[in-house]
Amino acid sequence: MAIDAAEVPRTPGPVTTRTIHVTVNGVSHTSTVQNRMLLVSYLRERLRLTGTHIGCDTAHCGACTVLVDGIPVKSCNLFAVQVDGRKVQTVEGLASGATLHPIQEAFHEEHGLQCGYCTPGMMLASVALLAHNPNPTEDEIRRGISGNLCRCTGYVNIVRAIQHAAQKMQTPAKGGP
Amino acid sequence: MYPPNFEYYAPKTVQEAIGLLDQHQGEAKVLAGGQSLIGMMKLRLAQPAALIDINRIPDLAYIREEEAALVIGALTRTAELGRSDVIRGRYPILSDASAEIADPTVRNWGTVGGNLSHGDPGNDLPACMLALGAEYRAEGPKGARMIPARQFYQDSFVTALQSNEVLTQVRIPRAGPGTGSAYSKMERKVGDFATAAVAVQLKVGKGGSIDAAGIGLTNVGPTAIFAAAASEFLTGKTGSDSDLKRAGELAADASRPFPDNRGPVEFKKDMVRVWTRRTIAHALGRAKGGP
Repeated sequence: MAIDAAEVPRTPGPVTTRTIHVTVNGVSHTSTVQNRMLLVSYLRERLRLTGTHIGCDTAHCGACTVLVDGIPVKSCNLFAVQVDGRKVQTVEGLASGATLHPIQEAFHEEHGLQCGYCTPGMMLASVALLAHNPNPTEDEIRRGISGNLCRCTGYVNIVRAIQHAAQKMQTPAKGGP
Repeated sequence: MYPPNFEYYAPKTVQEAIGLLDQHQGEAKVLAGGQSLIGMMKLRLAQPAALIDINRIPDLAYIREEEAALVIGALTRTAELGRSDVIRGRYPILSDASAEIADPTVRNWGTVGGNLSHGDPGNDLPACMLALGAEYRAEGPKGARMIPARQFYQDSFVTALQSNEVLTQVRIPRAGPGTGSAYSKMERKVGDFATAAVAVQLKVGKGGSIDAAGIGLTNVGPTAIFAAAASEFLTGKTGSDSDLKRAGELAADASRPFPDNRGPVEFKKDMVRVWTRRTIAHALGRAKGGP
């Protein structure tokens, strides 16, 4: 694959690239990327998975959170070459077809978002939290999402949404939405 | 925000990593968690010609207690310190610190070895290792050597680690009976570097007096600081209120903070004084079986 225009180097020196094999939301990709390409840029600019947001670009805000081999990481602070051979999950991989993931339903039902910018990262951090701790206390939820900033909600409805999702995921799934 | 170009290597062994570092003669950096390094590269504060990614080297991530030491592999993620039963039970200073490093998502990828070898005075684990009297295993072209933590930190971002060496392991003397430890951090918000933070380990003897003590300080000087006078002062004392007060004053004297938006020098020194007293009290309580 050709180097994207967006990847033209802005610093001197030869462009160094590497070919990576990565599974994103269950789909295998083989891509040649610049060594310096960040994972978030790879997901957004190369795979066009723009659900992963860039907020601060300094590893503070958590908007770019994705799961690498099931573990939440800040994709603005990881190079694409580092996920060679690994599995990545983004917000686009949460729903199966038209059926929303319980965390998505819960954010909808509990109004866990206003502008929505932090929501993809917030949901992925929540999914990992619930996988590790299926029935967290409010304190554990607040600590668990402390790497994700929201400037709209004051977190109250986000915490409710995660509590609601925890209940949904413990009771057997109903027929559909 | 793209960092500058660099050559990327993903060696499969420590030997291979050392060879690559040696070959690049100071122009290469080890990429472990990258949670500090990548941000510095984006800001052009670091422009290494090559990154040696050690994440593909097997068997560098472990926590195990041996006969004489707790040993931690350099690639252990900082989050693991908070999940380990051995650490939570017998070395709570490290689980305290784990909970204070950046935020949970950063801790999932940031490593113990990176936190210790980066040399930022704001990193939380170095002060703990100073308090614990830990040693770091450095592997280079001529073999391995052990570097005491108390001789490792020379200046901000300057350590005893050579440019062709990899920090592969931390060795902490095994905590015996009567040992208590704690780490407390004053921070403005989650994810911030410390305004001041204090690491304490002490051992209470059978007679009830303190047999040994180590006190380390975070982000109140150009490096993490071992508060030697305060540590020595506590040895042989009972841990009375006046002992703790005096140790706090001696720790404040050892600090050399810079004024910044976390506060002026006088404030930071006073926070060292107060938080040292409180952290010693916490460690003493734990030495006697408290939470």
